[in-house]
Amino acid sequence: MQQDLVRAIKSNPKYHELVSKRAKFAWILAILMLLIYYGFILIIAFNKEFLSQHLWEGSITTVGIPVGLGVIISAFILTGIYVFRANSEFDRLTAEIKEEVL
Amino acid sequence: MRLWQNALTAIVLSLVAGAALAAGDMGEVKKQAVNIPAIVMFLAFVAGTLGITYWAAQRTKTAKDFYSAGGGITGFQNGLAIAGDYMSAASFLGISGLVFINGYDGLIYSVGWLVGWPIIMFLMAEQLRNLGKYTYADVVSYRFQRVPMRTMAATGSLVVVVLYLIGQMVGAGKLIQVLFGLDYIYAVTIVGVLIILYVTFGGMLATTWVQIIKACLLLGGATFIAFGALHVATEGSWSPEALFRKATEIHAKKDALMRPGVLVTSPIEAISLGLALMFGTAGLPHILMRFFTVPNATEARKSVFYATGFIGYFYILTFLIGFGAIVLLMPETSGYMVTDPKTGALALKGGQNMAAVQLASAVGGNLLLGFISAVAFATILAVVSGLTLAGASAISHDLYANVWAHGNVDEQQEVRVSKMATVVLGIIAILLGIAFEQQNVAYLVGLTFAVAASANFPILIMSIYYGKMTTKGALLGGWLGLVTSTLFVILGPTVWTDVLKFGAAIFPFKNPALFSMIIAFVGIWLGSIMDNSEQGKRECESFEAQDVRCQTGIGAEGAASH
Repeated sequence: MQQDLVRAIKSNPKYHELVSKRAKFAWILAILMLLIYYGFILIIAFNKEFLSQHLWEGSITTVGIPVGLGVIISAFILTGIYVFRANSEFDRLTAEIKEEVL
Repeated sequence: MRLWQNALTAIVLSLVAGAALAAGDMGEVKKQAVNIPAIVMFLAFVAGTLGITYWAAQRTKTAKDFYSAGGGITGFQNGLAIAGDYMSAASFLGISGLVFINGYDGLIYSVGWLVGWPIIMFLMAEQLRNLGKYTYADVVSYRFQRVPMRTMAATGSLVVVVLYLIGQMVGAGKLIQVLFGLDYIYAVTIVGVLIILYVTFGGMLATTWVQIIKACLLLGGATFIAFGALHVATEGSWSPEALFRKATEIHAKKDALMRPGVLVTSPIEAISLGLALMFGTAGLPHILMRFFTVPNATEARKSVFYATGFIGYFYILTFLIGFGAIVLLMPETSGYMVTDPKTGALALKGGQNMAAVQLASAVGGNLLLGFISAVAFATILAVVSGLTLAGASAISHDLYANVWAHGNVDEQQEVRVSKMATVVLGIIAILLGIAFEQQNVAYLVGLTFAVAASANFPILIMSIYYGKMTTKGALLGGWLGLVTSTLFVILGPTVWTDVLKFGAAIFPFKNPALFSMIIAFVGIWLGSIMDNSEQGKRECESFEAQDVRCQTGIGAEGAASH
């Protein structure tokens, strides 16, 4: 990529808006996913009793089942949230930047 | 093309004959029931996929077609293909077998394998698409010295590919032996020959479609077994609670089946395993290659979203399958348990990894058993083709075209080398399958993910985000990660004590990723800050242009130009 094009893009305020918004959003979601997953792993390592409780009076299903399924479903939902915003807002910003500089 | 048709016809015919012959042989020797529906369905799959290969071969002309299916795969298709690459026979049979034996603990593994995907999505998917061309080495050599960086990235790719191949080939041979009554050596040879055909003639386009078809068959089959088992085991009430209750009544672990047990004991092992599963995924070359088959970052993101959904659903199914198998197979009266002649204990026919397959027979009789057997075989074929293509690309695109010929090579020649590399890798895969037949290869999965997480992932993520990284830093960290992860696995309890039987392990942990990843990242950082060369300065300066392309996709391969 030529230096002058790089300059033009980097001096465009929309470029900074895109980069900072997306980076913030992506890292928040990534950290959220790490917290959910490692939260789950650390509960297993340190507090098995919590996951071993019965889900309701007399049930054989334990709290661990919805918690485990919840981690799987949260992974899907978090990626969905990211795609939804990235494929609308971020892609629109990118298209606007391209239109202005190219 | 006439030659082509003749060649294909001849191969299909010889496969049919070979399968029938081998099956006949085995029937006499081992008195094993030959599974006719399984063989018929498998042959239908082979015929269909060879048809696709023929179709794809006519559309595969340029290097871009060969490596990345011309960049014309949609997000949804690629999501299915990624899921297909990830849902190997080992995970389908292995996880349902793990649930069958340990109950809840099986879920812990599945969760670890899944959560790598959101991380790839947030931090890497679109960046990869914007920076890369055909292989992930394109990304890590973007602003660095081409020869040493490509050499390292290609080595990392090939190590992961070969380790993964061994596990898949041995698994394939064993599985086919049990399912089809076919000799081990025939089984690995058939797998090797078929993948050579798919990849050399059809390239990425054929590999992707084989993967998509297999993903649909596997998801459909697993859905049918899981819900069929839930229906039958609960006498039509469809209640998971009823399924779990029956399972705890039958299983020797009783109520402990529903609780986390022995799998995660030491927090360090747990964290280390989690790191390897999570970030190893982001360092698997055959998965990373898939991001270059879509036209732009928008589709790249969609493909991760669909893939995460399919893979998550698949893991939920394997959990249900494991519990269904406990209820329907474990009682002695089911006829699926046999007495182990060595220990005298009751065990599942064919071993715990056959839980999903035997459950298919219990739920849907011989026809469903045949279908699932054929799907398991197809799964192995598809995963091995993806791996072989990734390995061949590392050899032709990275080592041959960019390292050996310094980029001065015409496209047709590069594709020819790639096809030769595919044939060689296919033959190596067959030989490795035969060589490792008697070995316990379970540890290879852990080793593969540890190497991918410690060698490939750190240089990839740092080349995207760490502007001060230089070639020297990347090389130091990358090689350290590769060597330490391998060494720690060999010196650890799994290989040193269990496989080699050398006594107490020198490295105390089964999962080395926590340590080898830290070493790799520290190596990258140290090597980069200590690098005062002119070359290093230029590399840091060119980060700006790389970052702009990475963020906007302007100048990206195959991007629409305005």
